[in-house]
Amino acid sequence: MARAALEDVLRHERGRLLAALVARIGDFPRAEDALQDAAAAALVHWGRAGVPANPLAWLLRAALRKAIDSYRRDASLTRHRDAVTVLAEEEAADPDPQAIPDDRLRLIFTCCHPALEEKTRIALTLRSLCSLSTAEVAAVFLDAEPTLGQRLSRARAKIAAAGIPFAVPGPEDLPERLNSVLTTVYLIFTAGYAQGPRTGFDLCTEAIFLARLLVTLAPDQPEVEACLALLLLTHARAGARISAEGVSLPPRDQDRSRWNAAMLAEGQGLLDRAIARRRPGPFQLKAAIAALHSADAGSDWPQIAALYARLLAIEPTPVIRLNHAVALAEAGHLPVALRILADLSETLADYQPYHAARAEYLSRQGSHTEALQAYDRAIALATAPADQAFLQARRAALA
Amino acid sequence: MKYLLLLYAAPDAEPAYGTPEFEAMMGEYMTHSDRMKDVATFIAGEGLQPVETATTLRKRQGKVETMDGPFAETREHLGGFYLIDAPDLDAAMRYAAEIPAARYGSVEIRPVMEY
Repeated sequence: MARAALEDVLRHERGRLLAALVARIGDFPRAEDALQDAAAAALVHWGRAGVPANPLAWLLRAALRKAIDSYRRDASLTRHRDAVTVLAEEEAADPDPQAIPDDRLRLIFTCCHPALEEKTRIALTLRSLCSLSTAEVAAVFLDAEPTLGQRLSRARAKIAAAGIPFAVPGPEDLPERLNSVLTTVYLIFTAGYAQGPRTGFDLCTEAIFLARLLVTLAPDQPEVEACLALLLLTHARAGARISAEGVSLPPRDQDRSRWNAAMLAEGQGLLDRAIARRRPGPFQLKAAIAALHSADAGSDWPQIAALYARLLAIEPTPVIRLNHAVALAEAGHLPVALRILADLSETLADYQPYHAARAEYLSRQGSHTEALQAYDRAIALATAPADQAFLQARRAALA
Repeated sequence: MKYLLLLYAAPDAEPAYGTPEFEAMMGEYMTHSDRMKDVATFIAGEGLQPVETATTLRKRQGKVETMDGPFAETREHLGGFYLIDAPDLDAAMRYAAEIPAARYGSVEIRPVMEY
């Protein structure tokens, strides 16, 4: 009973509690430890005295007391004396979490700080804002739980020691820092897209939750709206991505009646709102491309190729060059596309979609032997059974 | 918070002595701390003589051993440092980004330990 109630609060409100604690304690690792200690105390007290009327307020108050205790334990450090005074005042003031401003935006900027490694940003965001357990985050990366636990504690220690701020960046840093946050959210989504739903959680849903949270906490930001639009426009097609026979389907072969119309409409609405603000950015381009893939008349390839060309000017990455080449090929520019693909042979040598695309366009050009070799390479690199089935079917049709 | 900024660069990467580019770079170094005074406070900073002048020393079993050269042989050498006081890492990063060495080498930002 106590355990179920505690798990429920932490599942939904852990991010909010942690953000409120970091805001007050000003020390990420100490806030995490205080929350952990408070949760342990809750199990004992709630089991004995019943679940309190406001579990969130109870946990916040208990965690503040734990933090005061921990500061007192090493009060030999002079810089901690002020912290104890401030926290003791806070605690005496009986904080009401319902009245506390939502500090999660500051928390997400801390978790996605560019001074942290990309993988660490993803892990920290999933743990701190999505309330995934360390074991669940470890499973996402196929890491052992202690290994990931160490990564998280190193990150928290760096946040505290290096002075990574718990703050929304100022206007001059905001566009770049926001991009780092949105990229983290997008990487969580693509990991979920590749892995599919897992027991207890689905990374796609977690990413959409984060994007929605950002739209609420950082309103009027076109890139934030476009990020949510991109996730919704992509996720709306999730139900139709794989055929009844377990084979991956490109958008043009998907059963449109299985697309989530409400999600598509919401995504399109957000994208329109973002574009109307007339502050273009990479997520607006990506969302616009996703929208063109769901167009009623089928994917509009010349338009998609034009958008990828604009995206390339901002993010000249090999994967975007590959996508640009695919759009060019589909728009009827096969020789140009094959030339771009030839240039990418080294950088994308181990990237399955590269070989799948090359196989497709080599076969359209009539280079069957080379196409078969490219299919073999793509099949060897494919990890999802549905992708393997798709590639094997294409190869069989050619051979 | 105090941060030590360590400036690393390959000797051949920075503008050559006597060229107009070198003069421009020196001018930038001269005015940098003043231009950035609203971002972080300059405490100390120096440029170092080239790595050929370095001596590395260690003491083992009470005996001093010296070595002609730097501690580690790398392409990028430590060429100078700044000690600054900045409100947080973001400010330290903004300060570091305007140091000329950031363009042709790299700047390592290390928080100073507080006791």
